[in-house]
Amino acid sequence: MTTMVTHTGYLIARALRALLRQPVFIVITLVQPMIWLLLFGQLFKRVVEIPGFTGGSYIDFLTPGVVVMTVLFSAGWAGMAFIEDMDRGVMDRMLSSPVSRAALMAAGSADAAVSTIVQSIIIVLVGLAVGASFSGGVLGVLIMLLAAVLLAVAFSSLSNGVALLVRTRESLIGFSMMLTLPLSFLSSAMMAKETSPEWVRTVSGFNPVDWAVVASRSALSADPDWGAILSRLGGLLAVALIMGWLATRAFRSYQRSV
Amino acid sequence: MAVRHDQRRAPEHAADTIAPAIQARELVKTYNARGADPVHALGGISFSVEQGTVFGLLGPNGAGKSTTVKILTTLTTPTSGTATVAGHDVLRHPDRVRRGIGVVTQGHSTAPEATGRENLLLAGRIHGLRGQDVHRRADELLGTFGLTDAANRIVKTYSGGMQRKLDVALGLMHRPAVLFLDEPTTGLDPQARAEMWAEISRLSAEEGLTILLTTHYLEEADRLASQLAIVDSGRLITTGTPEQLKSELRGDAVVAEIAPESEISSALQAIERLDGTRESTVDGRTVRARVDHGASAVPRVLAALESAGVGVASITVARPSLDDVYLRHTGRTFASAEDGGAR
Repeated sequence: MTTMVTHTGYLIARALRALLRQPVFIVITLVQPMIWLLLFGQLFKRVVEIPGFTGGSYIDFLTPGVVVMTVLFSAGWAGMAFIEDMDRGVMDRMLSSPVSRAALMAAGSADAAVSTIVQSIIIVLVGLAVGASFSGGVLGVLIMLLAAVLLAVAFSSLSNGVALLVRTRESLIGFSMMLTLPLSFLSSAMMAKETSPEWVRTVSGFNPVDWAVVASRSALSADPDWGAILSRLGGLLAVALIMGWLATRAFRSYQRSV
Repeated sequence: MAVRHDQRRAPEHAADTIAPAIQARELVKTYNARGADPVHALGGISFSVEQGTVFGLLGPNGAGKSTTVKILTTLTTPTSGTATVAGHDVLRHPDRVRRGIGVVTQGHSTAPEATGRENLLLAGRIHGLRGQDVHRRADELLGTFGLTDAANRIVKTYSGGMQRKLDVALGLMHRPAVLFLDEPTTGLDPQARAEMWAEISRLSAEEGLTILLTTHYLEEADRLASQLAIVDSGRLITTGTPEQLKSELRGDAVVAEIAPESEISSALQAIERLDGTRESTVDGRTVRARVDHGASAVPRVLAALESAGVGVASITVARPSLDDVYLRHTGRTFASAEDGGAR
C-alpha cells in the first residue's frame, strides 16, 4: 500500500511535468470549456422559456452541465498517454519493473483529476463573469468539484483500461467519441429532465454523468436536496472505484497479449 | 533436451556450481488473436546463461527473440514452460525477478517529454532508491554514458544514439544482476553502434554483469556474445560459442554470382560435380559451396563454370561466418530470412 502511494506520487509528478511542458495544450484545455459555456449559453438562452424549466437563467443551469461535459471530454482521452507509453516501450519497461500497477492507474486518474479541477474553476469564474449566480455558494462549488473529480476518475480509468485492451489511438478515439456524446445528452447536462422524453429520463437515472450533474446543480441551488446529493456522490464513488479496479485488471490482459 | 516444467529443479546446494543467471525451460508462447489463426511465437525454447557472461540470441525478425525476452523479464507469461532469472522463478515470483533485472526494450523506453535526469531518477525511485543515493547513481550513469551535458534537456531533443544510451542507463539504475538488451543497436549509425558495443563489452568485463542480448546483426553477435543461441521460427537451432559454431562448418565458403544471361541450374550442376565441394546452395543468382581450401578452389570453380558455358559476374572466398552457420542449419541465408521470414 505504501509502495502504491509513493509510486503514485512519482508518477503524478511525471505526468504533471509533462503537462506543464505543453503550453499550447494547456491553453486549449483552458479555452475549450469557456467556448462551450459562452456558445451554448448564447445559443440556448431562450430554452428556459420552454415549459419544464423552472425559470431562472440558463447560464446558472448550464454551468454545472458544461463542467461535467468537460470532464467527459478530457478524461475520455486519458488513455492516450498510456498508448504513447505503449508505442514507445515505456509501458513495457514499467511493467517489467517493480512498479505498482495500481499506482500506474491511479497516476493516470490523478492527472485527469487535476485538469478537471483547474478547468472547473475556470468555468465557474467565466460563469460568474457572464452573470451566473450560484446560491449554493462556496460549499456548492466544492461539491460540484468533488462530483467532477469522481466522474473524472471513473472515466479516465475506463479510458486507460480500454487503452490497455485496444492499444491503438484510432480505437480509443472511436470508443471515447461513441461514449461521450450519448452520455452527455442522456443526462440533464444541457436540458431540464422535464423537457426530455420519458425513456431518456429513465435512462439518465442510471447514467453516472447525470448523477454528477444532478448533485452539482442541486448543491449550487438555493435549496440543496442533501439526500439526493449524497446518494449521487456515493454512486459516483462506487463507479470510480469499480472502474479503477477493472482498469487495473486490464494490465493482466495487456501483459498476456504482448 | 525436454524438461517438463512441473519437474523439480536440480538441487542448487552443490558448493562448486554456481546457479545459472538465466535458465529457460521449454518456453512455449502462442498468441491467440481474435478471428485469426493462433500465432506460435515460441515452440519450446530451452537454454541457460552462466553468470557474468554475454549471451546472444541471434535470429531474423520474427524468430521469437523478443518474445523470449518478454517472458524472461516477466512482461508476459509463457503458454507453457518456465524460467528462472536472477535466482527466481518468473511465474511464481515475478516481483523478485523484476528487482534483479534491468530491461532495455526494443523501442525507446525513455519518456520523451522528461529530461534525461528525470527519467533516471524516476527509474531509480521505482526500484526503491532514495535521497542522495538516487541522485548520485543518476550522475554516475550520466557520466558513464557521456550524457552529463544533456542531462537537463528533454529527451525528445536527443539523437537516436543518445536515447539508446539513456535506455541502457535506465536499465542499470538499480544495479541489476542481469541486464536484458533487446536489439540494442537497431537503427543506430555506425559510430553510435561502435560506442554501444564498447559499453556492452565494458559492462560485462568490468562489472561482471550477466547480459542477454538479442540481435539480428551477425557481426554484433559474433563480436559481443561469449555464448550464442541461433533461433528461427520460434525454435532454438543451435548453441555454442561463435568460434565453435563456425569451426563446425569446416572449410571456407566459395560464393559465385552468376552472370544474368547464364543458366543458374547448369552453374549449380557444374559446381556440384567438382571434387571437394559440398553443401552447394542457390540463392537468387548466387551459388555457394563449401570447400576445404578456398584459395585453391577458386580457379577450379572458375574453370568448371567456364567449361559449362556459364558466365560469372563475381566470385569470392570467405572464412566461415555466422551467416554460413545459419544457412547450414536452416537452409536459407540470413538476409533472405530477414526479408521474407518475418511473420
